[in-house]
Amino acid sequence: MADPVKTQSKTAIWNDPTFRSIAFQVIAGVAIVWTFWALFDNTMTNMERRGITTGFAFLNETSGFGILMSLIEYDETHTYGRTFLVGLLNTLLISVLGIFAATILGFILGVARLSRNWLISKIAAVYVEILRNIPLLLQIFFWYIAVLQTLPHPRKSFNFADSFFLNARGFYVPGPVPESGFNIVLVLFFTAIIATVFIARWARKRQDLTGQQFPVFLTGFGLIIGVPVVIFFILGAPMSFDYPALKGFNFQGGITVIPELIALWLALSMYTAAFIGEIVRAGIQGVSHGQTEAAHALGIRHNPTLRLVIVPQAMRIIIPPLTSQYLNLAKNSSLATAIGYPDLVGVFMGTTLNQTGQALEIVAMTMAVYLVMSLLISAFMNWFNNRMALVER
Amino acid sequence: MKKTFTVLGVVAAAMLATSASAGTLEDVKKRGTLSCGVSTGLPGFSIQDEKGNWTGLDVDTCRAVAAAVLADANKVRFVPLTAKERFTALQSGEIDILSRNTTWTHTRDTSLGLNFAGVNYYDGQGFLVQKALGVKSALELDGASVCIQAGTTTELNLADYFREHGMKYSAVVFDTSDQTREGFEAARCDILTSDQSQLYAIRSKLGNPGSAMVLPEVISKEPLGPVVRQGDDAWFNIVKWTLNALINADEMGVTSANAKDMSMGTNPGIKRLLGTEGDAGAKLGLSADWAMNAVIQVGNYGEMFDRNVGPKTPLAISRGLNALWNKGGILYAPPVR
Repeated sequence: MADPVKTQSKTAIWNDPTFRSIAFQVIAGVAIVWTFWALFDNTMTNMERRGITTGFAFLNETSGFGILMSLIEYDETHTYGRTFLVGLLNTLLISVLGIFAATILGFILGVARLSRNWLISKIAAVYVEILRNIPLLLQIFFWYIAVLQTLPHPRKSFNFADSFFLNARGFYVPGPVPESGFNIVLVLFFTAIIATVFIARWARKRQDLTGQQFPVFLTGFGLIIGVPVVIFFILGAPMSFDYPALKGFNFQGGITVIPELIALWLALSMYTAAFIGEIVRAGIQGVSHGQTEAAHALGIRHNPTLRLVIVPQAMRIIIPPLTSQYLNLAKNSSLATAIGYPDLVGVFMGTTLNQTGQALEIVAMTMAVYLVMSLLISAFMNWFNNRMALVER
Repeated sequence: MKKTFTVLGVVAAAMLATSASAGTLEDVKKRGTLSCGVSTGLPGFSIQDEKGNWTGLDVDTCRAVAAAVLADANKVRFVPLTAKERFTALQSGEIDILSRNTTWTHTRDTSLGLNFAGVNYYDGQGFLVQKALGVKSALELDGASVCIQAGTTTELNLADYFREHGMKYSAVVFDTSDQTREGFEAARCDILTSDQSQLYAIRSKLGNPGSAMVLPEVISKEPLGPVVRQGDDAWFNIVKWTLNALINADEMGVTSANAKDMSMGTNPGIKRLLGTEGDAGAKLGLSADWAMNAVIQVGNYGEMFDRNVGPKTPLAISRGLNALWNKGGILYAPPVR
C-alpha cells in the first residue's frame, strides 16, 4: 500500500495528453504499415504456394508481337519492357495533344459564351450543353465508327495535291527528311528560344527601372521564326519530303496519322473543352465589373484592361479546376483501348499481360504510371497557380 | 486499448489466413454448385441467350463436370470473364474450373500455377479476307493491315508468321469481337485474324457473308480446353476424366438417349464407363454413375459438338481435327479401366 495521495497528484502516463496523442499516432502508423506488409506478404506467400511466377524478369523477355503505332523504334524482337515504354509514350502523346487542344478550344468557348453577339453565345452554350452531357465513350465511338470509318478504302482515298491522302486507315502526310545543313537551322532555332527568354527578363527589369517598354513579342518572333526561316532558304532549303504512295495494300512512306489517334484526340479534346469553357466563363464572371470600370477610369484602353486586369485575376479562379480537368483528360485517355489506339492500357495491360499472365506486376506498374502522371500534372499546375496567385503585400 | 488490440488482432488474423482450402471437390459439394468461368459471349462456345441460359461447347463441358460431381448438370454458376480476367479468377479461387476457349500453351501451363485438363476443341488460327482483294494465299499478304481481337495468343502467332515469311504488317487491336468485325467491314484493315472457329462465326455476322472468305492457311495450333488450379490433383483428375468419359462415350456410341440401356448391355468397357461394373467413380471420389449422369444430362462429345458448333448450327463447322482418332481426326481419350 503506497501513499495514495502521492500517486494521485502525479498524472498517470496514459492520462498525459501529449503521451496519448503521440502513442496513438505511433500505434496507427505501425498498424497501417503492418497491414500493408501483411497484405503484400500474404499475396506473395499464396502465389508462391500455387506455383505462380512473380517478379519483373519478364520485362527482359522478347515480346514477339507488333504494335500499330510507336514513337520509338519497336518491332517484335524488342522486349516487354520496351512495350511498356511504347504504350507509355502513346499515352503521353494523346494526353499532351488533348490538353493542348482542349485548352485552346475551351478558352475560345468560355469567351464566346460571354460574347454580346447573341448567335455566338448561343452556339457556345449549345456546344457545352451537348458535349458535356454525352458520355465520353460514346463520343469516341461516334468519331471513330460514324465519322472516320466511313472514309473510303485506301484505293479510293481522298487525294490532296498528290501529297496528302485521307482514307479509312488514316491521314497520310509527306514526311520531312532533313539534309546536310539543316542542323544549322535547328541550332539557330533553339539558340533563339534561349535568347528570347533572356531578352524578356532584361526588358522586364528595364521597364521596372525606367518605365520604358521593349517589344519582346515581336523581337522573339523574329528571332525564333524569322531568322531560322531566312537562313533555311539561304542555305538552299536543305530538306526534302518523303511522299506517301500506294504500294500493295497500303500507303507507304511519309507520316501516317492513324484514325484511332484522330478519333481519340477529337473526342477527348472536344469533351474536355466543354468543361474548360464553363470554368473559363466562371473565372471571367468571377472578376467584379468594378475592376473593369476602375481600369477604364484610369484611362486604360479596353484590350490592356482585359490583358492586364481581368485575365490575371480570372486565372486565379480558373487554374485550380482546370487542373482537375487536365487530370481527367489524362486518365480518360485510357478509353483508347476501346477503339484500338495502342496506349499503355491497350498494349501493356492488354497484350503484354495476356502473353505473360503476370497480372499483379503489370497492373501495379500501370497504376503507378497513372498515379505519377497525375501527380506531375498536379505539381506543375500548383507551381503555375502559385506564380499566378495574387501576391499580397 | 484492450478492445483496440482485439479488433486489430481479428483483422490481422483474417488477412493472414491463407485461402488454401481443403479441396475443390469438397468445396463444390458443400456449396452445391460448380463455379465455372466462361467467355463474355462467343457463339458456339459460351454465349448467353435472351432468357439468360448459357449454351456452347465450353458451357457443356462445365455442365458435364457438374453432372458427374453433383448429379445435376444445372447446378453450375457461370462467371463471364474477359480474356484479361480469366487466369486471375481461377488463381484466386473465384471459379473452380475455367472453360473459356483457352489455348493450352507452355507459359500458361508452367508459370501461372494452372493445369490444363485436356482438349475439348482443336483449333488453329486463320485469316478472313475480302474476296475483292483477290488474295488466294496468306503468303500474298505483305504490307497488309490486320484486325485482331485483344486478349488472345493471336497477336504472337500473327507476328511469328509474318516474321517467318519476311513480310510486314500493321496490327489494329480491338477490344471485342464485334469491334474487330466492324473494323474489318469498314476497311480499316485488309484481313481479320482469329481462331478458325471464330472466323466462321464472324463471317456469318457480316453484312454480306459471301463477300469474305477464309484463307486455307492455318498458322498455329490452338488446343482449347478446361483449366484448373495446380496443387489439387483430385479435382484435376475429375475434370480430366469427365472430359475423357465424354470422348470415350462418343467412341463407344453411348449417347444421352441410349446410355441407360447400354449400361445394362454386354460390353464390359461400356459397363465400366457407366458404372455398372468396376469402381471407376469411387477412385475419383465420385458416385458410381458419375459418367452416366454426364452423358445422359449433357450428351457425349459428338452430341455436344453437333449441338453447338456442328454443320447444322449457324457456325457450320465440320468435325475435321475434332473427329475421333478412328474417323480421321485426332480425338483420342485414354480408356476407363
